[in-house]
Amino acid sequence: MPDLSGMRFAESHEWVRKEGDSATVGITEYAQSQLGDVIYLELPNVGQQLDAGGRLGVIESVKAASDLYSPVGGEVAEVNQELKDHPEYVNQDPYGKGWIIKLRAPKDNPKLLDQKAYDEFVKGQSS
Amino acid sequence: MTAQRTPLHGEHVRLGAQMTNFGGWVMPLQYSSIREEHRAVREGVGLFDLSHMGELRLDDKGLGQRVISRDLTRLESGRIQYALLCNEEGGIIDDVLVYAMADGGYLLVVNAGNQDSDFDWIQTQAPSPSSLRNVGREWALLGVQGPRAVGLVQRLTKSELGGVKYYTFIEGRVADVPCVISRTGYTGEDGFELFCGNGDAVRLWRALLDEGQSDGIRPAGLGARDTLRLEAGMRLYGNDMDTSTNPLEAGLEWTVSLDKDFIGRDAVVRAREQGVSRRLVGFKMLDRSIPRHGYAVVSDGQRAGTVTSGNVAFTLGYNIGMAYVSPALAEPGSRFGIDVRGTAAPAEVVALPFYKRPHPK
Repeated sequence: MPDLSGMRFAESHEWVRKEGDSATVGITEYAQSQLGDVIYLELPNVGQQLDAGGRLGVIESVKAASDLYSPVGGEVAEVNQELKDHPEYVNQDPYGKGWIIKLRAPKDNPKLLDQKAYDEFVKGQSS
Repeated sequence: MTAQRTPLHGEHVRLGAQMTNFGGWVMPLQYSSIREEHRAVREGVGLFDLSHMGELRLDDKGLGQRVISRDLTRLESGRIQYALLCNEEGGIIDDVLVYAMADGGYLLVVNAGNQDSDFDWIQTQAPSPSSLRNVGREWALLGVQGPRAVGLVQRLTKSELGGVKYYTFIEGRVADVPCVISRTGYTGEDGFELFCGNGDAVRLWRALLDEGQSDGIRPAGLGARDTLRLEAGMRLYGNDMDTSTNPLEAGLEWTVSLDKDFIGRDAVVRAREQGVSRRLVGFKMLDRSIPRHGYAVVSDGQRAGTVTSGNVAFTLGYNIGMAYVSPALAEPGSRFGIDVRGTAAPAEVVALPFYKRPHPK
């Protein structure tokens, strides 16, 4: 299990990890397990401005298409190009090589949960 | 209404399946990954619980001829036909498999969610109620599908399966469980569907999983069943056809015997004379977007049809779908757009099935 202690989580099941002036965003283990096999991602362009809680893109699994939301605001600095040919990375390694975008100059979002609070939130969802 | 459980429910839970409601039943959607389960069926063997499917025993031959779209007089005992139930307007009530039983009666295998309405429909056409019985809730059904399926089942039975050709069946024992052994499926692969009593289902399921280990067997859920049947160009009732579509529109004219009298025949004959305004076609996406049930087909900026099924084709490496489109757009090679979140994604009509297994038996 990767170390998630530095991450923050949205109730829409995205995670964000800040590193200096950049933040990496992906979806959680719970989200990938609920979506099932990811087959396609529609992602923003580099340079696009995203708002906290705003639509980031679309993730499609065999089962359905779902919206993705950005846990923090900021400018899109990088998009994980590997996911074009390997969308399954989101299932296999959602906190690692299945990362989705990186944001420049991310803003804080006080609504995000820490790992413990997110785990509690997920427990409430699945019961 | 509480969703019903199959006799294999406990097995699915033990295997960690994600369950879903389908046609009034709690069924496994996937065990590990739809992609992996799909691949197992294409390359090895997969095991499906299909106990939600309905089975109706129909002993009145005349009634069978009247409600079933195909001529059953030529269906010899031990053979199976794919056919339709239509209403007076020619709309499709259900698609069914008709088994000609040794005692002269028929077994109809019907869609899970339709079993009660099919029963009621046939009953209203019946001169006497005793000629029809719903045995679906007494029977389990297991699908064993994939290039290694026949060898696997053969190792568990003394019956000679080489003689059980596609769309025929025998009665025998598999893993010492009395079964109807049917060479049918909904995946585009070779294999069997095994009907047994509810009380024997767990024993048969476990025996197949045990013996199939050397074949790389995987339990497979409804998710893989759907992606497999779509590649094989098989229609899904409720998605690709329903009472608002007739057999000509659905590309199922080969399942209607217009030279006999059945309910819906006259309407189908009229539709054939008038010509249909839409046809079900298969199409492949020319980009990476994924078509879904309900998406609009667009051509020259106009609405030109509706997607009924769509998904990734794991075996083919591109995305595919089926849609009702105007006849002008229905020929292979025709191009149109699929409205995916406001963008017209390019698609091209291709002949069905999308996928054919390499060495059909």
